Amino acid sequence: MADSHSVIGTKNKKGQTFTDTWTMMNDAPRTPSFYTGSEVIKEALRRASCDVMIAYPITPQSEAAALIGELFAEGYIGDYFRGESEFAVMSQCAGAAFGGARVFTTTAGPGTMRAMENFPMWSGARLPIQMIVTCRGINSPLSIQPDTLEIAYLLNTGMLVWHAETAQDFFDWILKGYMVSEEPDVHLPLALCCDGFFVTHTKDVVNLTPADMCLPPYDPYRSPVPCMDMECPPVRMMRDPFVMKSNYISYATHASWQQEVWAAVERSRKHTIKWINGLIETENTDAEVIIVSSGTAVSQGREAIRLLEDEGIRCGLVKIKSLRPWPGEEIREATKNAKHIIVPEFNVTGWLAKEIKATIPNSDRVNAGPRVCGGMTMPPEIIVSEIKNLLGMRTMSLAGRGS
Amino acid sequence: MSKERIKISDDLYDIMPSDYQDLVKSATYGKEDRGWKDIGNSKELIEQHSLCAGCPESMAFRYILASLPNPEDTVMVGSTGCTSLVFPMVAVHNIHSLFGNQNAIASGLKRALSVRFPGRTKDVVVLAGDGATVDIGLDMTLQAWFRQEKFTTICFDNELYANTGGQESGLMQKGFVAKMAPVGKLFDKVRLPEIARESGCHYVVQCTVSKPSLVEKVVRNAVMISREIGPTYLQLYTPCILEIGKNSMEGLQEMRDSEKPTERFAYKEYMSEPAKQLLAEIAAKDKEKKAAAKQLASQGA
Repeated sequence: MADSHSVIGTKNKKGQTFTDTWTMMNDAPRTPSFYTGSEVIKEALRRASCDVMIAYPITPQSEAAALIGELFAEGYIGDYFRGESEFAVMSQCAGAAFGGARVFTTTAGPGTMRAMENFPMWSGARLPIQMIVTCRGINSPLSIQPDTLEIAYLLNTGMLVWHAETAQDFFDWILKGYMVSEEPDVHLPLALCCDGFFVTHTKDVVNLTPADMCLPPYDPYRSPVPCMDMECPPVRMMRDPFVMKSNYISYATHASWQQEVWAAVERSRKHTIKWINGLIETENTDAEVIIVSSGTAVSQGREAIRLLEDEGIRCGLVKIKSLRPWPGEEIREATKNAKHIIVPEFNVTGWLAKEIKATIPNSDRVNAGPRVCGGMTMPPEIIVSEIKNLLGMRTMSLAGRGS
Repeated sequence: MSKERIKISDDLYDIMPSDYQDLVKSATYGKEDRGWKDIGNSKELIEQHSLCAGCPESMAFRYILASLPNPEDTVMVGSTGCTSLVFPMVAVHNIHSLFGNQNAIASGLKRALSVRFPGRTKDVVVLAGDGATVDIGLDMTLQAWFRQEKFTTICFDNELYANTGGQESGLMQKGFVAKMAPVGKLFDKVRLPEIARESGCHYVVQCTVSKPSLVEKVVRNAVMISREIGPTYLQLYTPCILEIGKNSMEGLQEMRDSEKPTERFAYKEYMSEPAKQLLAEIAAKDKEKKAAAKQLASQGA
């Protein structure tokens, strides 16, 4: 069973000091480093006291998954191997988490879709696995380009879903994510999403925590369900297996189990707010026009706001960091003054705009776009143009849009 | 885990379920020479189950659980099907997650237990039906063997999908008429024992569960070899009497008929050289131990 003494301040086999996570993330000195997003994932994992990482090649996460293999070779990860498909990998992750390990994996696009059956199982089994999703197109014909449609499919799995804008978000949230996921009153998997290529394959200055500090190890005995390691007494789990029974008790058991998963998502709210400093970030929410978005669409929104400022148009910004738990209250408050809510997205269906419309009063204020997909970039000019159109201002026609 | 862990506080003893009290009093956790002969003399690690009356799978379950060499440190992995009706009644930790992913779950589980408990024995045993092992899960079954994952895979081969009502499966005999094989199955029974050998399993046995002593032997061998060397595979005929039109009391005879030398469940065994060596070493040690015990007894006398 778990040792009762604290490991904080002791060293692991690589000489890193197990450090209180709050101290490590908020008080320890940071070193600015110029890295790709993939390298940032590796650097976060170096500090994550991860027991098992399971990899599979799919663009654009292959580089990160391979770099973590190097960490394993250096002795920073307990075990690491390449699985045979994303479906198998996510089951292997589940097996490792059932066995009490802190588990990490990465996937993208079609891989996320292939593995989908595992995700409600992860949350139903209360496995605090962390999965990086470097979003890319899932459509046919084949595309490997950035596209966030797969996030829509993750929203109802019972997983926590966060959407990083920058590599800095990524570095901090990988480490903080485990703290939220592993809380006994949460104990759910986290899909930490980013926009493929835009974040994974570009270089950015990221402030890293000291490499000789690492997270305290995961304690599987704080789990709300037993860890499958035969270290605690095995009891008959139930008198009748609920799977086949057609009776009220069986239905009620399944219903309450699902409700408990979503109650745990709700309970994660307070921890998420504490660790990532709120579910949203806002700027100028007194403006009549507000851009509300997540991921790199937020970065493009910032550029658009700068361009609009040059023309004397004031525009606010809401960056959504957590999609599950969903910041409904926060978005209602931040958009209460807005006449126009612009939701730029990197996907064809506009799932984020639909979520926002379902959240706020007077949802006809929501402009579901501009949207690009299939790897198209989103120049700030098209956001500017969309906003000007809404305000009844004349805009220059943009090449190739047939306007 | 030692048996110490399942002691009950005196103050709570009378409110614990009787089957739990029995587990504490007379289960065989930690008994080195545990085996099928303990059935009837000790608390079995399986409680009442909801399989059909006379189901050979229920016999197989009891023999296997009585034969695990190290149940106090064994975690089992199941899959969807009739076996998933039994696992909730089993007194070793066990995992059900999805249909067909059992060998992937076991791969992650075994590695996690190795990372967390270095130097300690933690056995992992997969037990799933033929649909899970050979059809929907074949990829993960084989890949775990290719990777030389150190756990045992047991397939309850009843030659069809029993739990969903008797549909064709890959291990069904050619020509058998079943749901989804309305004119009879058109291709041969998949030769998984041979495939297992070629895929890197160090110990492969195909047999029926008509003889508990045989089940005990092959289960012990499979677990010991997978612990030390690499993957092992047991394919056990557990006919679905319901779906092949037999009565409750006819399961045993069906197995005896099918294991004759000319029949499809004639005993089949493959072993790698390292596995043979290991079994010889274990046998030699057992012999030594018995001789020492005999000597001790004669000295005492």
